[in-house]
Amino acid sequence: MSAADDKFKPGDRVKVKFEDRPGHIRTPWYIRGKTGWVERVYGEFLNPESLAFGRDGLPKKTLYLIAFHQGDVWGESAKTQDKILVDIYEHWLEPVA
Amino acid sequence: MSDLTSDAHGHEHPKNELSDHAKRIYAIRDLLIEKGVITEKDIQCQIDYQEARTPANGAKLVARAWVDSAFKVRFVADPKAACAELGIDATAINEFVVLENTEKVRHMVVCTLCSCYPRPILGRPPDWYKSFNYRQRAVVDPRGVMREFGFEPPDDVEVRVHDSTADIRYLVLPLRPKGTQGWSEDDLAKLVTRDSMIGVMDALNSLPE
Repeated sequence: MSAADDKFKPGDRVKVKFEDRPGHIRTPWYIRGKTGWVERVYGEFLNPESLAFGRDGLPKKTLYLIAFHQGDVWGESAKTQDKILVDIYEHWLEPVA
Repeated sequence: MSDLTSDAHGHEHPKNELSDHAKRIYAIRDLLIEKGVITEKDIQCQIDYQEARTPANGAKLVARAWVDSAFKVRFVADPKAACAELGIDATAINEFVVLENTEKVRHMVVCTLCSCYPRPILGRPPDWYKSFNYRQRAVVDPRGVMREFGFEPPDDVEVRVHDSTADIRYLVLPLRPKGTQGWSEDDLAKLVTRDSMIGVMDALNSLPE
């Protein structure tokens, strides 16, 4: 939970990496490549992409609550004020200028 | 599942009618017991434990939060400690977050990847929660899903869908229904449905028949 080491802070705009690789991936397909912002920093957790294969889950990964406008995910038809919030590990996020 | 119920005699082991998945599960169970990894008793204890956890736990927490604003603050700030106060064991949850609904915000929980669910608080998830239909539509059209549960959030309300993809388990703290001032905590708890704590609808506003 060492806040100083976290790459992102609440309010930062971030983009979810668009990667397609096999494994126990906890980043849903529909949110890859989408841009949102950091809502909360949850702290460090063992990496499920490693745990799922019987490994130790280390190094731990910082987990964030990332918010997205419905419209940015699905297009114009969504209600403007509605949001999707997804828990995403740091290594799936990149900064948006 | 229908394979099991179709047997009028209710045998636990209608082997010739089992689906491939069920056959595999029984085979793994038998092997685990045979190899001494677990015992029949372990399995029964686990089944009893799973069955003992019901949405009544969540309803008790919500009703207490409605009548005791100091408890509500603690419940939102540190849900696990608040559970312990009421004698509810939430230690099995890695991280537990409470999402408080307001007049302007409604939360709804889904797990699009599998069926992550706050089991110590709500018990086993309903089948619809695990269905592909809900998991897809909850994120694409949450208002449409809510409508099917008989709930229509007003246009000026913000709907926040939480996709529970990682270590956090979410519980929605529904709004206290209007006109329930002075109600007992026990009666209030009867208004708190499982579905209102998943967030697909508000709490009931009158006691169920």
